[in-house]
Amino acid sequence: MTEASNFLTEQNAREADQRRADGPGFEGPYLVVENLHVSFPTADGTVQAVTDMSYSLEQGKTLGIVGESGSGKSVSSMAIMGLHDMKRTHMTGSIRVGGREIVGLSNNKMQSLRGGEVAMIFQDPLSSLHPFYSIGSQISEAYLAHNKVSRSKAKAKAVEMLDRVGIPQARSRVDDYPHQFSGGMRQRAMIAMALVNDPKLLIADEPTTALDVTVQAQILDLLQELQRDFNSAIIIITHDLGVVAEMADQVLVMYGGRAVEHGPTKELLTHPEMPYTWGLLSSVPDVTADTSGRLIPIPGNPPSLLNPPSGCSFHPRCPHRDKVPGDLCRTELPLLVEGTRGPEHLKRCHLANPDMIYETEVLPEIAPDLVDLTVADGADHVAPENR
Amino acid sequence: MFGYIIRRAVSGILVLLATSVAVFALFFYGPSNPALAYCPETRCTPERLANITESLGLDRPVLEQYGGYMKGIVAGNDFEAGAISIPCDAPCLGVSFKLRVDVADYLLARFPATLSLAVGGVAIAVTLGTALGIFASRVRGTLADKLIVGSSLVINAVPYYLVALLAFLYLISEWGIFPQSGYVSPFTAGPISWAAGLLLPWLVIGITSSTQYARFSRGSMIESMNEDYVRTARAKGLSDRMVTLKHALRSAVVPVVTIMGLEFAALLAGTIFTERIFDIQGIGKTALDAIGTKDLPIIAATVLIAAAFVVTANIVVDIIYSLLDPRVRLS
Repeated sequence: MTEASNFLTEQNAREADQRRADGPGFEGPYLVVENLHVSFPTADGTVQAVTDMSYSLEQGKTLGIVGESGSGKSVSSMAIMGLHDMKRTHMTGSIRVGGREIVGLSNNKMQSLRGGEVAMIFQDPLSSLHPFYSIGSQISEAYLAHNKVSRSKAKAKAVEMLDRVGIPQARSRVDDYPHQFSGGMRQRAMIAMALVNDPKLLIADEPTTALDVTVQAQILDLLQELQRDFNSAIIIITHDLGVVAEMADQVLVMYGGRAVEHGPTKELLTHPEMPYTWGLLSSVPDVTADTSGRLIPIPGNPPSLLNPPSGCSFHPRCPHRDKVPGDLCRTELPLLVEGTRGPEHLKRCHLANPDMIYETEVLPEIAPDLVDLTVADGADHVAPENR
Repeated sequence: MFGYIIRRAVSGILVLLATSVAVFALFFYGPSNPALAYCPETRCTPERLANITESLGLDRPVLEQYGGYMKGIVAGNDFEAGAISIPCDAPCLGVSFKLRVDVADYLLARFPATLSLAVGGVAIAVTLGTALGIFASRVRGTLADKLIVGSSLVINAVPYYLVALLAFLYLISEWGIFPQSGYVSPFTAGPISWAAGLLLPWLVIGITSSTQYARFSRGSMIESMNEDYVRTARAKGLSDRMVTLKHALRSAVVPVVTIMGLEFAALLAGTIFTERIFDIQGIGKTALDAIGTKDLPIIAATVLIAAAFVVTANIVVDIIYSLLDPRVRLS
């Protein structure tokens, strides 16, 4: 908690300087999340979906939130949209959007923010679009919710947005229903709907998961292009590190509802310091790699959010826990602290020398050609120990 | 869309033809001879029975009788019985064995009562049921929700005729809370006496069949509130009211419409009880009386009318589907 706030104060100071030049209004980054806790009381106990999460994001920048299913990445983002049913959700901490605190904000006030300043793109565009309403009416509805204009103006806006996201013959396709669109077009329509009110913050929850690879690339290009035009801040939630590498300025890795590693994308992907991030990197297929290289899955299952493991929640699956003396991984939760490579890179791990372990033990397994080109012919490639 | 309706109408007519064949078959290969009902027990000689059989036209081959029946529906038929001739214009559904009148005219006079009963009952059932169901889904898990679900199960578990009978006995006969039931034409006797006579039957039909609508609309509403597109609607910044009424309800209505089609058949069966208990001169009561007198033309006609109702209701349901769901309309 303290370490996160230290980090934030330091970063805030830097960003405040930047903001002052932008004129009046709020100070600091556009989105500031501090000590966010989200839990759902259920009959079996309380599900701790997000625990003590802090980060900030400036306009024009992209944050990638990575983690496996149930790690809390979507839950934390839905909290920013105020999409949780507050009757069944317990939420503490602070989320400031454009200087405004939204934790505890009334549903009515939240409504004007949702879809206006903050918009969201969902994972599966087919199920996320209403099957009974035309694409155009669903987009213009989003526009009408935040602008007092006539229906015909709103429809014209919908055509304009469809055109903007690259739907051919937007004028004639605007009256089509979602089932008449292809998967990629539906996701474009979702993006058009999200961007219709020029949001300052766009949350994309696995925007490319349901799409095939070529369409994925088009959608990511589109998001980047639109970010340049609108200078929006983007949070991209994904389990695909390739997407993160392409899109994000910052990466936040989540595990069991907690941030376990957080830092600038390039830095974090080249020098990860947390064994869970190593596991994620090991399980990414690489088409350019030697075919004898294997994918290394992370053993075990994601932690229960009802009864989380003691200490570090990753310790039951961590192949490196024995390198930490005194059973510390099992008994004590590591803090999210500055790593070995500077104040911007935070990690939550007890390992004292993560860089060395990564370079000598992890990297040779996942990318032997990077370490020693002579091993890359693959015949005597060593099988991973942890399998 | 238009072609679709035509196809449905043609298949509906085929269903009606099959129904008429079934009714004829049941009657002719059934255990009793209709002519016996018109032959006085004490003085029924074989000659007399043969005479009656002939005058009712029952001596002719079944196929010929069926053919004559069908011809009557399309072109009309005149019935000769001894000295008297009964004209029967198309669509002729035959002449009653007992009453010696044109069945179509006879039933047409009783039709408005049944129609009033059914429309009023369905209207109450659908509005009450869906309103309660949507309300219950919004307050899911609370006492109000449990009360609605619980009482709907209890009402559903009690046989309909028992509810109707008890309602009549206590609310009309014993305590006189409701006006005496019966049917009068709203055009001649005025809409107030028309509604007064049907008030309790409407409520009984409405409340008992609202339970199905309540449970189904509650379930489908809960389901559709969890749909991704409802979350999208909220994410757009729409008001709760818009999200519930425009986005969630629109898709929650589909299963309710399905129930409407199914409930309609149950409602027609219930009409027999309703009309008998509340003494309403409608089709249901006529059918019941005709079964007692083995009056084939009337029985056949009521069954056909009921079948036509169910077929039409299903076509209407399909049309409503296609209006609701563009995937049905455009495929």
